[in-house]
Formats: sequence, structure tokens, C-alpha cells
Amino acid sequence: MEQSETRAVGSVRLWESLVALAFLVFGAVVMWDSWRIGARWAEDGPQAGYFPFYIGVFIVVSALVILYTALKMGPEEGGAPFVEWGQLKLVLAIMIPSVIYVALIDNPWFSLGIYVPSALFIAAFMRILGKYGWLKVAAVSIGVMVAFFVMFEIWFQVPLPKGPLEAAFGFA
Amino acid sequence: MHEIESLIGGFQVALSWFNLMLMFAGIILGVIIGVLPGLGGANGVAILLPLTFSMAQQPGGQTSAIILLSCIYWGALFGGAITSILFNIPGEPWSVATTFDGYPLGQKGRAGAALTAAFTSSFFGALVGVLLITFLSPIVARFALRFGPPEFFSVYLLTFCAFVGMSKGSPFKTIASMMLGFALAAVGIDTVTGQLRLTFGLTILLKGFDFLIAVIGLFGIGEILLTIEEGLEFRGARAKLNMKVVIQTWKELPRYWKTSLRSAAVGCLMGIVPGGATPASFMSYGLAKKMSRDGEKFGTGVVEGVVAPETAAHAAGTSALLPMITLGVPGSPTAAVLLGGLLIWGLQPGPLLFTEKADFVWGLIASMYLGNIAGLIVVLTCVPLFAAILRVPFSIIAPVILVICAIGAYTVHNAMFDVWLMLAFGAMGYVFKKLDYPMAPMVLALVLGDNAENGFRQSMLMSAGDMRIFFSNSLVGGITTLALLLLFWPAISRLIALARGKSEGPHLPAGPD
Repeated sequence: MEQSETRAVGSVRLWESLVALAFLVFGAVVMWDSWRIGARWAEDGPQAGYFPFYIGVFIVVSALVILYTALKMGPEEGGAPFVEWGQLKLVLAIMIPSVIYVALIDNPWFSLGIYVPSALFIAAFMRILGKYGWLKVAAVSIGVMVAFFVMFEIWFQVPLPKGPLEAAFGFA
Repeated sequence: MHEIESLIGGFQVALSWFNLMLMFAGIILGVIIGVLPGLGGANGVAILLPLTFSMAQQPGGQTSAIILLSCIYWGALFGGAITSILFNIPGEPWSVATTFDGYPLGQKGRAGAALTAAFTSSFFGALVGVLLITFLSPIVARFALRFGPPEFFSVYLLTFCAFVGMSKGSPFKTIASMMLGFALAAVGIDTVTGQLRLTFGLTILLKGFDFLIAVIGLFGIGEILLTIEEGLEFRGARAKLNMKVVIQTWKELPRYWKTSLRSAAVGCLMGIVPGGATPASFMSYGLAKKMSRDGEKFGTGVVEGVVAPETAAHAAGTSALLPMITLGVPGSPTAAVLLGGLLIWGLQPGPLLFTEKADFVWGLIASMYLGNIAGLIVVLTCVPLFAAILRVPFSIIAPVILVICAIGAYTVHNAMFDVWLMLAFGAMGYVFKKLDYPMAPMVLALVLGDNAENGFRQSMLMSAGDMRIFFSNSLVGGITTLALLLLFWPAISRLIALARGKSEGPHLPAGPD
């Protein structure tokens, strides 16, 4: 159990190389698309792709240098764990619920508005990570969102996405 | 003196009840933002920016809006010190150096002294920065009125080269991250030719990437992910701050006048040249350690070790606004967000702002004086309150901050796509931070990308494609040369070190490359 928690998810060298490769691909795409729309000198001045083309060149060159440096890293620096499994689990414990949260606000099938998913999101964290009693969970999650509702919709008049619950209260 | 007259006019603008109320509200919000993990000056201001949209449309509202936002910034600068001293958690990158002596002081039971010293020197640093802005910015603006496209492009070049030259890590990572910002800025419709660039037929990319979303994602979500990874638990010293401690510390502070002045000077210099508050605070801590009589006691909890970084961080944070209002070139991510606000409200930052919108500029400058006084009062009296915020468990704070970030991202353009983008930028910020890619250059490139490109294009049009236009007179040539010097500074300094290492004997270890 202990061992699996501290197990490394990729070394620094691996992740450095991956990110450098991503930069490399991105830079190449920028160069390609800029070349496509014209990256040279027209009669009326530089073409639309002129500036971005060289941006792409800079990205590709620095990505190559970063990649080279990463591959040359010594075992101590490059072999160090990028992130431990236990840590990554915590990060995912935030990231995955966040994705679900944003999907609940609005997706092609239904939209709940921003207030209800936010309250659910806060409640889920408090209940699962914080192990609070239901009463506290309900009080904090609903209280915070009511405060936000008053602040945005009524006080500053910045409309946020609203769903069926808000509609039931007469806010469209 | 013309400046004094204008400043008095500015005070008349800033000293309305409504603006004073906004000032205190901004400071309090700012301190809370500075104290909370995941919310900092840059993304805090970015999230609250949409709230000012309607405010800025009323007469005189633009001044009120900038007062609110800049006070949030001052508040965040003050707030960073609280967490550093009480919890050993730097709430902001520029308060990292404050933890070196602030936290040990707190452990020794002298948290009150450390806090008082931090706040007072922050105030002093900011004051020096504002004085600099008051007297230097009209001169810079008048000077910049003569700038043409080549001059402006060379200033942008200087900004970006300074980032490369002063980066602590690999300069290539700085370049990669900066160019990523430029590329993202180019996405969408090209303003000159009307052609679509880098959209790949996706209509959602037509309007391009908004840097506010990047700021909220990179600095907000990314920071939360890093914080949770460390399995953070807040355990801190008790904050007790009564008048007796404050006055005692104030009696002690004049002893460190040399450190204060030196740190303020370092801060102002670093703030104007982009590089910002964080390196300024480290640099002045290092200098103070070297030059102080109690140098070897640094790190064990001496007040002077708090004075140095805090003064410099605030001086830098304040003077970063100077190039922003006079040239339209922000010196830090937060200044960039403020600049973005100005643009959204329909103001064009730059030399013309001083002549066309004098009441706005001087109202802002006057509010800097008042805001920092308000800030000092608020933080000295409310420390226990702010410290209590950090005792709220992470399982409540984290989701609430995520919700705030999501709302902030949505309100920028009322678009759900931006919220998804924010999550993506958050994941990217996490990986970038772990691999030491700097994020400030990327944000600045995203903000300035279009302007820099236009400056470059117009210069190229003027010279028919001849690069020598950037050396065509002493002004633009000087700036360009300085920029290139800064760009190659890592290589130059290594050469110097190498030459010295050979002649003087002790071999210096090579830099981490």
C-alpha cells in the first residue's frame, strides 16, 4: 500500500520530453498554417502569416533545445519522479469532479445553470473529503451559492447561466 | 510644479465617498484574495474585472473601476505577507522571501512584530513607487508621444527580452512559453488582412483566446492543483496584533533605513523593467543579508529580513504600473490584467492617456496614495480576521475557489467554452509549474501579442521590410541594443563567469542547463 502511494508516475525526464514534443508539434502546426495563408512579403507589406510563422520557428527551435537538454539529463535530475501516485490521486480528485461540474452547468442534453451544480460541487467536496455532517454540508453549500446569487444577479447585475430551479423561482 | 497641481486634481476625483468605499472594499477583497491559496493578484483582479463592466459605463465610472481593481492589487500585495509569516505559506510568489525570516519570527512568538514590520515596509515601498510614478510618468509619457511604430516595437522587444535575460531557469523554456502566448494571441481573425489564422475551421476559435481566461486557469486552477498535491494543512502561529507591539516595532524600524532605501530602489528598478516583484524581493533579501551587520543572523528570524523583501516587492509591484499607464506595456501579469481592463472600458493606455484622460490618470495615481494608507490601516487592524480565513478547512475553501474561478471565467464573455478552456489552462499550468516553465511571459505575450505584431508590421511597412529600421535612430537603436543585450544576458554572464573562473582560480559550477 505504502509503496503504491509513492510510486512515480513518469520521471522528470519523460515529462520534460513529452512537453517538449508537444511544443514541437504545436510550433510545427503554427508554421504550417502560417505558411498556408502566406508568410512572405506581398506587394502591400507582410502577409498575415508572416509574424506567426516566425513565432512557430521560435517554438520549434526552443522545443528542440529543451528536448535535447531533457534527454541529456543525469539520472539524479532526470530520473526523479515527476509526480507520485498518491499526489496524482489528490490532483485527480479535484480535476475529475471539476470536469463533471462544468459538464453539469451546460451540455448538449441539459443545462442546470451555474448555481445548482456549484452547490452540489461544494457539498460533494465537504461530504467526501471533509466528512462533514449533512446539516453543515447543506448550510455551507446552499448559503455560499445564495450569497453568490444575490451578489451577481441582484447587486452587480451580471447574469450567470440559470437552470430549471432558478426558473421555478421566477428568474429566467 | 505641474505634477503637484495635477495630483491635487486627482485627489479631488479620488476623495469621493463612493470611491473611498470602493477603496476599502477593494483592499479587503484584495487581502482575502492574497491570503487564499489559488487566488492571487493577477487572477483575483481578472475574476473581478467583469463586475466593473457596468460600473465603467457611468460618468466617472472608469476612475472608480480602476480604483477598485488597483486596490484589490494593493490588498493582495499586503495579504501575501500574512500567510508567509503566520503559516509559512507564501500566498503570493513575491512573498516567498518573506517566509525566510517572517516565519521564524512568528515561531519565536514575535509574529506581531514581523507583521507590523512587513506591513509598514510594504507601505514604505509602495509609497516610494507611487512617488516615482507621480514624478516620472508624465515625463515618460511626454517623451513617448514622439514614439512611432519602430519605437513601440522595440519597447515590446525590450519587455520580452528582459524576461528571457532575467529568467532563473532555462531561457529556452521562457522563450517557448512566451512564444506559445504569441501564437495563442494570433489565433482568430487577423485585424489587418481579415484572414483567419490558426482556427482550423473551428468557429469557436474565431474570436481567439482571451488572456483573462488564461490567467484564471494558469494561476487559479493550476495553483489549487499544486496546493492539494502537497497535502496542505494549515497550522500557524496565533496572530495577535495590539497597538503596543505595533508602536514598539515602529520604534525599531528606523534602524533599518538603509535596508529600506536600498530595497525600495531595487524594487522600483525591477518593477519598471519587467521581471517584477518576485525577483526584486529575492534580490533585496540577498543584498540585505550581504550588507547588513547582522547578516549571518538572517534566516533565524530578524526583523530586517522581513523589511527587505517586503519593501522591494511592494515598490516593484507599484512601479510595474508605470510602464503600463505611460507606454501600454505592463511589467507584471497583474499590471497586464489591469491593462486589459482599461482596454475593455474603452481606454487606450499609452502616452495619449495623460493628455486625453488626465482626470482618470491622476485619479488613479491619487488613489494609489490613499489606497495604500487604507491598506495599512485595514491590515494592521484586521489581521486576526484574515488569519481566521486560513483556518477554514481546505475541503471547503478549494471547491469555493474553483466555483469562483468558473464564474469568473464565464463572465468574461458569457461563454461556457471559456470555462472549459480555463480547466485546460489549469491542467497546463500545473504541468508547466512542475517543469519550471515560467507563466508570466506567456500571459504578457498573450496580452501584447497583437500590439507587438502591429508595431512590427507597421515598422516593416515603413522600411519596406528592412530590419535596420530598428537601429535607424539613437532612440530606437538604443532600446533595441539594450533588448538584445538582455536577451543574451544568460550567455554573456556565463562567458564572464567562465573568464573569471579561469583567471581567478576557483572554478564556478556551471548553471543548471
